[in-house]
Amino acid sequence: MDVLLNLFAGFASALTVSNLIFAAVGVFIGTAVGVLPGIGPALTVALLLPVTFKLDPGGSLIMFAGIYYGGMYGGSTTAILLNTPGEAASVVTALEGNKMARAGRGGPALATAAIGSFVAALVATFGLAFLSPIVVQIAVRFGPWDYFGLMLIAFVTVSATFGSSPLRGLTSLAFGLWLGLVGIDQLTGQARLTFGVPQLLDGIEVTTLAVGLFAIGEALHVAGRHLRNPEKPIPVKGSPWMTKEDWRRSFFPWLRGTLIGFPIGGLPAGGAEVPTFLSYNLERRLSKHQDEFGKGAIEGVAGPEAANNASAAGTLVPLLTLGLPTSATAAVMLAGFQQYNIQPGPLLFVQHADLVWALIASLFIANVMLLVLNLPLVGLWVRLLAIPLPWLYGGIMLFAAMGTVAANPSVVELLMLVGFGTLGFLMRKFDYPIAPAIVGLILGPMADSQLRRALQMSQGDPMILLQHPSSAVMIGLATLALVAPLIFKGLSKMQSDED
Amino acid sequence: METPSRSFNGPYVIVGVALLAVAAITVWDASTMRIRAQYGVGADAASYLIAGFLVLLAAGHFIGAFRKSDDLDAEPTDWRAIGWIALALTGLVSAIGLGAGFILGSTLLFAFTARAFGRRALLVDLLIGAALAVLVYFLFHGLLTLHLPEGPLERLL
Repeated sequence: MDVLLNLFAGFASALTVSNLIFAAVGVFIGTAVGVLPGIGPALTVALLLPVTFKLDPGGSLIMFAGIYYGGMYGGSTTAILLNTPGEAASVVTALEGNKMARAGRGGPALATAAIGSFVAALVATFGLAFLSPIVVQIAVRFGPWDYFGLMLIAFVTVSATFGSSPLRGLTSLAFGLWLGLVGIDQLTGQARLTFGVPQLLDGIEVTTLAVGLFAIGEALHVAGRHLRNPEKPIPVKGSPWMTKEDWRRSFFPWLRGTLIGFPIGGLPAGGAEVPTFLSYNLERRLSKHQDEFGKGAIEGVAGPEAANNASAAGTLVPLLTLGLPTSATAAVMLAGFQQYNIQPGPLLFVQHADLVWALIASLFIANVMLLVLNLPLVGLWVRLLAIPLPWLYGGIMLFAAMGTVAANPSVVELLMLVGFGTLGFLMRKFDYPIAPAIVGLILGPMADSQLRRALQMSQGDPMILLQHPSSAVMIGLATLALVAPLIFKGLSKMQSDED
Repeated sequence: METPSRSFNGPYVIVGVALLAVAAITVWDASTMRIRAQYGVGADAASYLIAGFLVLLAAGHFIGAFRKSDDLDAEPTDWRAIGWIALALTGLVSAIGLGAGFILGSTLLFAFTARAFGRRALLVDLLIGAALAVLVYFLFHGLLTLHLPEGPLERLL
């Protein structure tokens, strides 16, 4: 088994004392920031990227893996104890989890979330390890037209298919794509949209965009809406341990959630929201305790939490094997990899196999760390939740500024951060989604290069995209993903008109 | 449940106009590009493609503006709070732009942001902000050797 050998080699390089410390620190700060209300995993990763700037590549990757898994877990703690999910994927967890906490069963809710996340991430990371080499074998045969087709699918699914309004989603995407034009073109050296400003020649940093849109935009939005008296976190009372009954009721939801979450996370299907909703509905249908749903059913926490984490690992399959981010978090992760001069894609598996397998091993290590650290530290996370909003947002702004000037110490960069923050505020106010802009910024220039490589080979004939059956199918799928929701909307409108 | 009073979506018109303006800038920028690709299409192709996409979206917004829509933002915004955050960000940018350093800029940022969220004790928040900024500076500049903008205060430390 090649995979197992590679995995052993990965563990051999990842399992050193200093790396274990990096993993523990990563998980700890990832959870601590992820717990803070209003901070989702994408912002957690973006804010904490500077911490890993100066470490050696191995150490930074391992800390990064810890931050990623920690940030995911932190969100579920917030959802259970505070009922203000920092991200769409935790909305479902809040449904039953917060009810459980109110009923004095916060301990078991957190435990089933933590253990479910562990089980899901464990299974899904194995899935990642076994599936990735297969995807890579297919991907090495991809031509530029195939990549372009794949990116089209990702663009459409992230912006139009699952959002509330395709028009606003696509507008957000177009904004990101437009920002992606800024800077020196990789193929010709032509400067685009730089207006003679030297700081723009390198292009726009994904982290600056993400931190501006998410952190500053969110601060403006919350301040502008008078959300100053948030609910108090619910203290964790009673036994923190799960009873035998809890274990029995959680076990299969964990597995089913994993099975739903991993494949959907691996597809360009817009992140973890879809699988968590699917898992919740499935558990609700299968449960013997239907009457408890809506009042704090443990299955309703176990399943979606597992689905959430499994899809987080699933997202890494296209990210690592194709270099294709399918969520805002993955887009920020990709920006992080690029900062370490790692370009994910099939070549990475061939040229830097050691690095890839060390990263996958780090995910396993981070996952174990998460389980070991988190349950004992619940008291600390609860205290973090109780930080008054003025200081919380003051601190978020301070870290946002620090990360930006540390990456790029110029006033131009800060002005961009402020500009993106203002836009982020307006986008929230008028209900434009944020994630498509971030995915557009990082994927836009890649799609541009692939398209032009394809057109170089065909000497400018765009029909090359449709002459290859593989890319023709992908462009067809992208079109379908764009049109299908409109048709469904029309159908349901017709139906409701008849009613 | 329809509100007949708002049948015209003003923000959509503004977004539509903004999209057209951005498209125009993009086309103008592309028309000034002088480096040509030897094969296939040049760097300006993507600019024209995205400009076209922006024009389509602008059209979508103009059409959407005249449709009845229930997803308009009805919540009033507290502009005073927004103003305090604007002041916080101005404090940060000017402190760093004028060379007063990271710690002073972050202190202002923290205190004014806290003010935006309803805190009244500005002096206390300035002190907390300063303490946090010094801590962050030591952690990231000292421990992780990241370059943060230096001013007189940082050189003293």
